[in-house]
Amino acid sequence: FVHEPRLQYVPVKGDHVIGIVTAKAGDVFKLDVGGSEQASLSYLAFEGATKRNRPNVQVGDLIYGQFLVANKDMEPEMVCIDSSGRSSGMGIIGQDGFLFKVSLGLVRKLLAPKCEIIQELSQLYPFELVLGMNGRIWVKAKTVQQTLIIVNILEACEYMTAEQRKQALARLSGN
Amino acid sequence: FMQRGLDSQTKKQLEEEEKKIISEEHWYLDLPDLKEKESFIIEERSFMPCEDLLYGRMSFKGFNPEIEKLMIQMNSRCKEEEIEVDGKMEADVSDEEMARRYETLVGTIGKKFLRKRDQHVLQDEDEDGSSNTRPSKKAKKKFLKPQD
Repeated sequence: FVHEPRLQYVPVKGDHVIGIVTAKAGDVFKLDVGGSEQASLSYLAFEGATKRNRPNVQVGDLIYGQFLVANKDMEPEMVCIDSSGRSSGMGIIGQDGFLFKVSLGLVRKLLAPKCEIIQELSQLYPFELVLGMNGRIWVKAKTVQQTLIIVNILEACEYMTAEQRKQALARLSGN
Repeated sequence: FMQRGLDSQTKKQLEEEEKKIISEEHWYLDLPDLKEKESFIIEERSFMPCEDLLYGRMSFKGFNPEIEKLMIQMNSRCKEEEIEVDGKMEADVSDEEMARRYETLVGTIGKKFLRKRDQHVLQDEDEDGSSNTRPSKKAKKKFLKPQD
């Protein structure tokens, strides 16, 4: 298969991404996903959402969802439920935590089945991680300091070799 | 009456003539028919199936137990195929047991639909089969005429 290391994310159907709510236009939210266009998200596309039971989404919230429609002719549409109607982890990402952007290639590397970076990080301390295929990563750990450490490691992983990474982690776990 | 038939005939003739004219005007390609090649290239825009990527939400060391459950569910979808293969092997072994059970099952259900007389006979046969010493005393009861 052919890899194209692009800089900007191109929406692809079925991809899970992190989006930022920028506007609320009636029944539809506009999300910024880092592509050329904003994606739309209907308020009914959440698990257990009805016309009366609306999800509590504010401008500036983070949403983890997948693309329902994503081609070059139409505006991309996102949903937060899968084909069987369950949310399976998608939806509004909670409070706290830190969102940052990395390159698309790094996210693909991190999502690989046996990623050493993630395995090594998981040994350090408990934390939560959400990876969006659009290059956005959200991290939440118990303290702000731990969160920032994880963020710095993930950002630096792009340029560090495996040895440098292990050294850095050894210093951290020693502390 | 005949006029309608004549009309339809003339219509048919006209249509045939029209077709001839049209077919003569059609351009034909003298090239041989090109066979449609099956393209071996499949276009896939997302990376998910290419590299078998994991699910994007992860939690470590029990930070978010719901997401940890999700991780097991999502990642077990990849391993489900392996489990299916193993399951088939186990099924082969139990086929023999199935055959044995089926034999006895047919017998028991078959007995259910026998009439009472046949059931007695069956019992006798079983007894005969089990112990050959006992001769069959009971014969099928026939209708005895009342003696005058």
